[in-house]
Amino acid sequence: MKTDELNMTKNRQMTLTEKILARAAGVAAVRPDDNVWVKADILLTHDVCGPGTIGVFEREFGRDARVWSRDGVVIIPDHYIFTADEKAHRNVDTLREFVRNQELPYYYDPGTPSYRGVCHVALPQEGHVRPGEVIFGTDSHTCTHGALGAFATGIGNTDAGFVMGTGRLLLKVPPTLRFLLEGDLPDGVMAKDIILRIIGDIGVDGANYCAMEFSGSTIDKLSIEERMTICNMAIEAGAKNGIMAADAKAEEYVRRRTLRSYTPVTGDANADVAGEHRYAAGNLVPCVAGPHLPSNYMPAADCNDVTIDRVYIGSCTGGKLTDFMAAARLLAGRKVTVDTFLVPATAEVARGLETETIAGKPLKTIFAEAGCLDPAPPSCAACLGGPTDTFGRTSGSETVVSTTNRNFIGRMGSKQSSIYLASPLTAAASAVRGRITDPREFI
Amino acid sequence: MNERIFESKIYVLGDNIDTDQIIPACYLNLVPTIEEEYAKLGSYALCGLPETYPPFVAENQNKTDYGIIVAGRNFGCGSSREHAPIALGAAGVRAVVAESFARIFFRNVIATGELFPIEAEKRLCDILITGETIRLDLDSYELTRLSDGSVFSLKNLGAAAPVIAAGGLFAYARETGMIPTRQ
Repeated sequence: MKTDELNMTKNRQMTLTEKILARAAGVAAVRPDDNVWVKADILLTHDVCGPGTIGVFEREFGRDARVWSRDGVVIIPDHYIFTADEKAHRNVDTLREFVRNQELPYYYDPGTPSYRGVCHVALPQEGHVRPGEVIFGTDSHTCTHGALGAFATGIGNTDAGFVMGTGRLLLKVPPTLRFLLEGDLPDGVMAKDIILRIIGDIGVDGANYCAMEFSGSTIDKLSIEERMTICNMAIEAGAKNGIMAADAKAEEYVRRRTLRSYTPVTGDANADVAGEHRYAAGNLVPCVAGPHLPSNYMPAADCNDVTIDRVYIGSCTGGKLTDFMAAARLLAGRKVTVDTFLVPATAEVARGLETETIAGKPLKTIFAEAGCLDPAPPSCAACLGGPTDTFGRTSGSETVVSTTNRNFIGRMGSKQSSIYLASPLTAAASAVRGRITDPREFI
Repeated sequence: MNERIFESKIYVLGDNIDTDQIIPACYLNLVPTIEEEYAKLGSYALCGLPETYPPFVAENQNKTDYGIIVAGRNFGCGSSREHAPIALGAAGVRAVVAESFARIFFRNVIATGELFPIEAEKRLCDILITGETIRLDLDSYELTRLSDGSVFSLKNLGAAAPVIAAGGLFAYARETGMIPTRQ
């Protein structure tokens, strides 16, 4: 390389994603489409893809092989926990045996006090997500963790088996699409409305292979959990990762949860991006994504004629404490008119339903008085259908308003059911009216 | 997967065929690295499609009659479940020819070496019909409809081709000395 080329590389302006990958690859600079070997900080797996990942790891590295880092492998069973399905139980047993043999410290065992629930909410809650780090997970919603300034992406079992053995993975550097959001969100509009609008605008493959970077005063003002909702659904536009720069709020969230040191990364303001989209938050409205694609954007107010059979509030997207707080605020003193299923994402969220109050009343009491079904124990539950005995799983031609992330045909169980994705506020308002409802009718 | 030219009946699909349609979540309790469960995954390949589609795998079978899938945009969108490419591979699918692929599915296909993910120059799902027989030539990157001999060009797999040909990520990493050869 000539000196001036070397200097150009050294001085190359890079996006947040590019900077993290360059550091993890041990090189001065990367560009989109470069293939680089990247060091992993965390490999996350769960009960659905963990056994297969372990199968690949043992097949390829041998039954006596050790994982690359005991602290790096985090196993959070969450998908098929509260089911009589024998294979589901066998799969959790496979995880337990592996954890025992490998002496892994970060395992959250079902049926014990260490059980947490949905991995993408538990991972940050337990302090495993740190700004500037690289997180691989055997689940497409691993992109959630970009909300704390990490590079986080979903991979398959074979790639995960490779990471488990080597601590590295060959990655193509994604071009960055920048989303700038400015201004205050109007009352009744939540993070879910932001990301559904963006996916509606760019389509389910609008960010295929790209990094989606979110910034601006709207993002700055959002809580960490609301930021997670946005990054969580980056995959629904096909993105490799969603990411937001870690600010003081993010640092505070992380420092409360881990003593591990980390070095955050800041993107260069002048870095080249593949595209830029600007939004004025004041123009956003409560919305839904109609069947059967997350990109079927419609303002909730335009769907008033859609009568519904049930509402589902849960998952890594819409089962966090702030999601239940929002739903409870709307449901306080009102009654639901359809079956309303509540699944807190994690044990911490489940505790919050009892300890958090609105006007002196615990959330759990508000939901009970509104006529919601008793909350289920934390897990992925019906977000992805699951075994036939899963709580909230559809079995017929139900029309559901759900705070989850996907409305594909059959996603929640039955191929005949229709799923409308929405924010917790829109879900709660719809539960009261029995049809899709703009929550601003109540505000 | 050393074979470079094959003939097969095709199964034609549209845009955004997601991983829940390729393998519904209720079958994710099957572990692909367990031999009999790998085979069983084949029997469920594409069983999540709407009922308007003909069965992809006949009842009580693990293998399909359709060795090649032709699809539109964004094939394999959604989940990172490797069960998806594995279900197709276990059912005997050797290639998917699509207008485009979702990222994780494409990567999982390469990593597992289960089948060839080929992008077509044209939107073939609007031209070809389920049940037709085609020849796929991965040396010349051409697809030929055998009924009338019409030829459609395909995009080169580039850097991914040798990885699939080697049998996936691990086989390729060993072949190229990226990780040590197994004793």
